[in-house]
Amino acid sequence: MSANLLNLAYLASSILFILCLRGLSSPESARRGILLGEIGMFIAVVATLLHWEIVSYTWIIVGLIIGSAIGTAISLRIPMTKMPERIALSHSFGGLATALVGVSEYYRHAGHVSRLSMGALGFEVFLGFLTFTGSIMAFGKLQGLISGAPITYKGQNFTNVGAFFGALALLVYQVVFGANDMMFAAMGVIGFALGILAVLPIGGADMPVVISLLNSYAGLAASATGFAIGSNILIICGALDGSSGLLLSLLMSKAMNRSFSNVVFGAFGTAIEPGAQAPSGAAASYNEATVEDAADVLRAAQSVIVVPGYGMAVSQAQHAVRDLAAALQKRGVEVKYAIHPVAGRMPGHMNVLLAEANVPYDELFDLDDINDDFVRTDAVLVVGANDVVNPAAKKDKTSPIYGMPVFHVELSRSIIVLKRSMNPGFSGVENELFFLGNTMMVLGDAKKTLLALGGALKDGGH
Amino acid sequence: MSTELVFGLYIFALATFVGYQVISRVPALLHTPLMSGTNAISGISLVGSLVAAGSEHSLVSSVLGCVAVAAATINVVGGFMITDRMLRMFKKREPEKRGPAKGAS
Repeated sequence: MSANLLNLAYLASSILFILCLRGLSSPESARRGILLGEIGMFIAVVATLLHWEIVSYTWIIVGLIIGSAIGTAISLRIPMTKMPERIALSHSFGGLATALVGVSEYYRHAGHVSRLSMGALGFEVFLGFLTFTGSIMAFGKLQGLISGAPITYKGQNFTNVGAFFGALALLVYQVVFGANDMMFAAMGVIGFALGILAVLPIGGADMPVVISLLNSYAGLAASATGFAIGSNILIICGALDGSSGLLLSLLMSKAMNRSFSNVVFGAFGTAIEPGAQAPSGAAASYNEATVEDAADVLRAAQSVIVVPGYGMAVSQAQHAVRDLAAALQKRGVEVKYAIHPVAGRMPGHMNVLLAEANVPYDELFDLDDINDDFVRTDAVLVVGANDVVNPAAKKDKTSPIYGMPVFHVELSRSIIVLKRSMNPGFSGVENELFFLGNTMMVLGDAKKTLLALGGALKDGGH
Repeated sequence: MSTELVFGLYIFALATFVGYQVISRVPALLHTPLMSGTNAISGISLVGSLVAAGSEHSLVSSVLGCVAVAAATINVVGGFMITDRMLRMFKKREPEKRGPAKGAS
């Protein structure tokens, strides 16, 4: 296939990829969009296989078979709760692939590369290895193989920043004075190490930002590959991936009211003095309620908003939530779900978990779309959410989560909080919502409580 | 500065701009499918790996290329499949009039 034909095929693929992403602007057009993306990928792969430089198909077929088998196996089996882990893993595969292509390119030219290629290859290998190890670390933290708590030590930021600029210096030197095998290898090693070091101090609750950021790095690494091997389609797809990751990380940072640098260098959750702001003294009282009390409140309600948090996913209570909602809807109650951007472990995670439990997506509402409704709502059901319903974020300047956008849950008539115990949540921040007069705390396993509530509403009289 | 670099930067800048515009219209509802979808698309690095694996420059190049092909294929195949699997779960509310007899629950 001639170079022109090949490039035209790539152009068609690029357009199809952009249409694929555009399809994702609504759930109705999303699946058709993905189909367009698949067609684009098919065109690109077939056109490449006809590339004049390809003389042997043995290694290609081996790679394709292994990759397809693993890819299919993973995507058919993985439960939706494990999506963040899968995304982290696939970022690591993507990073590894780009880094290896970079190394292979460098090796092929035995270091005799133009300045442009040198610069691009350097970026590619550095970012590729950084994404590879960083994503594996993120996977480990999500999976619980590595402690989810931030791991910090003295001079950590100094080490990381120093390593970054060290790699940059090596790259600049090679671009200016020509490639050097040792320096090239050193750059890859620094990227490899930095991926580990940079994710170590980041806590589990910050994973949505980290995953988005790694997504962005993977995109940039792919773009750099495009520059290195002169492939426009790689530049384009890398740019699409990179801008998507960047946009999502900005959204996630905003949803937690943290700046980028704060997430990267902040090590959230370590420096908080315990009990710094226990509301009205240690002996603050709360209303502990039984399932029957909560059922009475729900029976009397006309409108209910459910606020799910990651705790709901942990106790696998999605279906129980949905059943309870169905029981309420049968009684003519209006039920909505309030989804905070960081409710799950990756952007949009909570929506997928609820969709899997057959919750129709038109009952799911974003922070901005539902926050004015709480004041008109009879009952709010908080299931395993904590920080996103903490009023301290709005008024307590000393709170570590001050400024984070939260739901105005406390404005509704009554609040039912399902929680395992009265211990503070993941971030270790006390939540005064639990101590308000219109809040009832139903302690215990959320799933059991929800099932009991659902049962009480189904057969319980009027 | 080479023309090659300038052309590359053109493409990169415009694609980033288009990407930003298109992706900022994706609702939060679909952010997870978005991420797995872009993940599948970025598996396009497969085309680079294919050339590396198939051009028989040296055994090292071929083996590295083969591993890269496998890694990128996992993302492409897995990414598209899982995105579609997720999107299939997003359903609208059942129309009221169909009644509970269907038992779709």
